[in-house]
Amino acid sequence: MSEDLLVLQHIRKSFGSDDVLKGIDFSVRRGEFVTLLGSSGCGKTTTIRIIAGLEEPDEGRVLLDGKDITKLPPNARSVNTVFQNYALFPNMNVEDNIAYALRLRKVRKPERLKKASEMLELVQLAGFEKRMPDELSGGQRQRIAIARSLVAEPQVLLLDEPLGALDLKLRRQMQLELKRLQKKLGTTFIYITHDQEEAINMSDRIAVMNNGVFEQIGTPDEIYYHPRTSYVANFVGNANIYRGNDGVFAVRTEKVKIGDEPGCVIPAVVKEKSFAGGQLRILVALEDGQELTVSRFGINSELVPGQKTKVGWSAEDAVPVIDDGV
Amino acid sequence: MKSKSRLPGIYLAVVTAISYVPIAVTIIYSFNHSKISSVWEGFSLEWYERLFSDADIFVSLRNSLILSVLVCAVSAVIGTLGALGVKRTNFRLNKVMAYFSSVPIMIPEIILGMVYLALFSFMNLPFGIVTLVIAHASFCIPYIYMMVSGRLFAMDPSIEEAARDLGASPFEVFRDITFPAILPGLLSGLLLSFAMSFDDVVISIFVTGPGFNTLPLKIYTRMKTGVTPEINALATLMILATTILILLSWKLNKTGDKAEEEK
Repeated sequence: MSEDLLVLQHIRKSFGSDDVLKGIDFSVRRGEFVTLLGSSGCGKTTTIRIIAGLEEPDEGRVLLDGKDITKLPPNARSVNTVFQNYALFPNMNVEDNIAYALRLRKVRKPERLKKASEMLELVQLAGFEKRMPDELSGGQRQRIAIARSLVAEPQVLLLDEPLGALDLKLRRQMQLELKRLQKKLGTTFIYITHDQEEAINMSDRIAVMNNGVFEQIGTPDEIYYHPRTSYVANFVGNANIYRGNDGVFAVRTEKVKIGDEPGCVIPAVVKEKSFAGGQLRILVALEDGQELTVSRFGINSELVPGQKTKVGWSAEDAVPVIDDGV
Repeated sequence: MKSKSRLPGIYLAVVTAISYVPIAVTIIYSFNHSKISSVWEGFSLEWYERLFSDADIFVSLRNSLILSVLVCAVSAVIGTLGALGVKRTNFRLNKVMAYFSSVPIMIPEIILGMVYLALFSFMNLPFGIVTLVIAHASFCIPYIYMMVSGRLFAMDPSIEEAARDLGASPFEVFRDITFPAILPGLLSGLLLSFAMSFDDVVISIFVTGPGFNTLPLKIYTRMKTGVTPEINALATLMILATTILILLSWKLNKTGDKAEEEK
């Protein structure tokens, strides 16, 4: 048995003239929590729909546990999906929703209801068996959707922005809970989000997607501290992209030095200054027109818009990246 | 600010009166002892007795029921398949087809009746129940189609995908998810179809044959020789039956809407 549970080989998919996936290769290890991170339209949802069998790729193969499942219908794959909008069955109560996969497998009723109760306990909603989906809050529906997908014990669980519709506080709480659940069950999770913080908090590995290709695949640390491309640096680390004579570099906003801080050599003009959420942000323009953002926590600055100043950074804070125009 | 004018009240009273007074009169006179409709001679169930011993009326009632049930069955299958087809396929002509499917309920019945008369004569079809079913289905299918496709398009497509994803075959998805979702629409479409088919006169006159009389046709024929209170009694029973059907349909749609609101 190989380490890799799920392998995508050269997957291509287009809808009409729109090339959504441009030949992606990707493998996921057993028990891993992998996040596909990207802005909307980058192809991440199409990728998991192909893994789930809800779309067929134009080219390429999907291997699960070494077997080619590219042509298998969704009901014949040991892969389940948690949909973005929950997709609970409105005509069934919570326990029938959760036990649906077992009912299809002809598991006897007492047994499947017992299993449904266990799943409810796992997602901390014991006692909700007889409720109807329309009587639940967003967070509760989300947990039911997760329980329903896990009951069949899939080899891979796909989660399509499952926390997207929840408020910030509940999101944070659910992030921790999902991570706990994943550790406890050891199921392989492939998680989709456009929120880099969520990706960094939860994932073993992150695959940053842009325009139908993977920009970089790596651990949260690698992605954050060693971005491969300017897109990744900007999207994940909110870093500045500096295009100098000796190459293109990513410099994180808090690492840019400004004013009379030591090491400032590049002349710049302050364009904007804002102070929000305890963070000072200064936007400066360099002589060649490039704009950089400088951020500091908890300090104010004497600088005012229009004022001439200098910026700079230490060599180890400038990460060379491949320029993809972002 | 709420208007203190009495006009809305008067308006409502007049409209209600115009719609319901004739019905009320018919119902009241069905219990009239007199043979002449316009003279009240005291309460009696005589006309109901006569009605129930009128074999002719019952044969046509049975014909009408058989016809409407067949029409409902045919329309339910065709209308539902049509709605599913339009939802699931991507033909360029889908929109045009959906529009044309409602033509039979938009063109005047008398024209439709003539069209069918011409068509069936041309095809050499024997006039009778078969021609009636075809003609009635043509104006009932649109009702089923519209009701079912309304439900289908309001339905979240990811619900069907979720069922597939959890292991359901296409048939199981239909049985467990799609069918329950469209059922309220299908039932109210069926009730509408039943009502439309059951009381149709205009189209039926054109396409029925000598051996097959429906209830509305029978009543229509009898009316030519003057309104007898027996017809009033029959009308009262039909009003009662129709009211029950309409209430049922209304209730079904209400439960369906409640289920939809959940999203």
